[in-house]
Amino acid sequence: MKPLAISQFTVTTACGGGKAALLDALRNGTSGLRRSGFDGSALDCWIGKIDALESPAAALPAAEAAWECRANRLVAAALREDGFSDAVAALRERLGAERIGVFVGTSAAGLHRAELAYRQGAAAPGGVPAPFDYEHTQNMNSCAAFVRRRLGLHGCAATVSAACASSAKAFAAAARAIRMGLCDAAVVGGVDALCLTTLYGFNALQLISVDICRPADARRNGISIGEACGFAILLPQGPPGAPVLLGYGESGDAHHMSAPEPDGRGAREAMRAALHSAALAPAAVDYINLHGTGTAANDLAEDRAVCAVFGSATACSSTKGWTGHTLGAAGMVEAAVSLLCIEHGIVPRSLNTRERDPQLHAAVQLQTRSAPVACVLSNSFGFGGNNCSLLFGAAQ
Amino acid sequence: MELFVDAAGVAAPGLHGWEQAAPVLCGARAWTELAEPPYAPQLLPPNERRRAPPGVRQAFRAAEDAWSRSRLDLAQVAAVFATSDADLAVMDRIAGALCRPVRNVSPTDFHNSVHNAASGYWSIATGCRRPATTVCGYDGTLAMGLLEAAGLALADGMDVLLVAFDVPPPVALQAARPREIAASLALLLSAQHAPGRPRLRLGMTAQPESRLAAPALERLRTANPALRGLPLLAALAGGGGQSIVLPYLDGRGLQVDVHPA
Repeated sequence: MKPLAISQFTVTTACGGGKAALLDALRNGTSGLRRSGFDGSALDCWIGKIDALESPAAALPAAEAAWECRANRLVAAALREDGFSDAVAALRERLGAERIGVFVGTSAAGLHRAELAYRQGAAAPGGVPAPFDYEHTQNMNSCAAFVRRRLGLHGCAATVSAACASSAKAFAAAARAIRMGLCDAAVVGGVDALCLTTLYGFNALQLISVDICRPADARRNGISIGEACGFAILLPQGPPGAPVLLGYGESGDAHHMSAPEPDGRGAREAMRAALHSAALAPAAVDYINLHGTGTAANDLAEDRAVCAVFGSATACSSTKGWTGHTLGAAGMVEAAVSLLCIEHGIVPRSLNTRERDPQLHAAVQLQTRSAPVACVLSNSFGFGGNNCSLLFGAAQ
Repeated sequence: MELFVDAAGVAAPGLHGWEQAAPVLCGARAWTELAEPPYAPQLLPPNERRRAPPGVRQAFRAAEDAWSRSRLDLAQVAAVFATSDADLAVMDRIAGALCRPVRNVSPTDFHNSVHNAASGYWSIATGCRRPATTVCGYDGTLAMGLLEAAGLALADGMDVLLVAFDVPPPVALQAARPREIAASLALLLSAQHAPGRPRLRLGMTAQPESRLAAPALERLRTANPALRGLPLLAALAGGGGQSIVLPYLDGRGLQVDVHPA
């Protein structure tokens, strides 16, 4: 495909609001994860929580009461960072609100709002959930609709919900929409806020680590969940110096609902498809941002896939030790990491990895270093065997 | 944006598969509420068949119906699953469990609770490793899915299965998202022309959404997000030469010109 420019991006994670906060954290090796509870959860684990979302100041204005939920608060907070909303407003002036698409990936949207309604209902006679606005909170499309409302956009839109591959796949969907002329530019984003369903659900699958998540570590024992939101503007022709989306690749595992195919065959196909769409050889990639959740099976399968496609020399790391696994937002968060690595010439280490698992053979980085980075591959894999790899590059 | 329809499938009250539904949809026969034939997903291995929640089974119903009249190799076909609400009964069990003093969430419920569960089961059932996407656009879900399928066909050159489905919510969520009927609709789509394939031309429009003349069918159309696609199926059943509008976003529609094969 013809590369698409990324004229602006922003990201808000437990490391802070805006891309400078994430860049500082990457450079300083400071994790956003803390040993903490969430909404009365009794699980002993680390999470990437954004405390500001619980402040009264984060509440949505009365006119948007219908949309009130943790996920839309997070959307509102993220849109305020890095002049993102202003950049979209300028683009809207130039292209028209009808010609800018919105593509948002999420795995939970405002599900936490429904959890609260159930809890309120369980405490009352009858036990039925208290009334709540399903369309504008829990429904998966709520965040994309809220983004369109906040940004005043009336073009095409899609909510992609493919578990932890959601927002990586939103990039692919946006690229397709631009390429077939459905829109002239796209706001791509990812959002997932903390909720009890994901915490206790992953815990039921025995995938939550008691220790902080340690991707690629010999003693890794699972994920740490985080919340995050980010956005990027994708368009055919960007300003000089803008980085680009070079390609994307998607595949299915056809194996199991919640476990990866052990040899990483599906992951391999996604990476190869991304390289094919960008017409690049594996050697063109300077750094791979791994999905690297920190579970025993995921990291092993991904390692096999990476080595099959790239050999064992390409520098790679998972950055989930900084942000936690932000689920549906992970693709967007790691797109932002990839773009920061390109813009600032850094190869981040695998944070919290103390002893590299000898079973893994890819070049997992244990030290953050400065180096020119012209091309990054970012992996996102989800339940249901949905895989997506994105290729980002320096200005053409 | 133009693409071709290889086959269609449908599963809804009184519309039990394309062969039976086509004459009803084009007005040659009146709609009647027939007893629902028994069904078990044919393509699913026994383990997955046992675990698949109602929404997933409903998705398979229309997908298998479309596939039964297609010569496409399912292992080579990309897929778009379009569902507004997926399996709310699964979410309801989890949300209920989270209210109890000991929060025991079933692992099977959790992996079935993801919005893309149907796409996962489909990929396991067919052995297909092609891209599979799941989209949600509330009541505009069907149009959103059709556009995503068009993207995979036109920008990426793949044959695509589009499956739209939704099932009734559990009692606890009837007030939040009222719905009484389960329904699904499937289209096998391709960028390639072939004999017998009607052509679709897509474009966004400010025109109001199409309605169906028969009151029984019009009631169905608004009763389930997947059935917002009934005017498109009716145009296909009628042999084409029609232009219809599907609801999309904020009162905007997706216009579909249906040209005869």
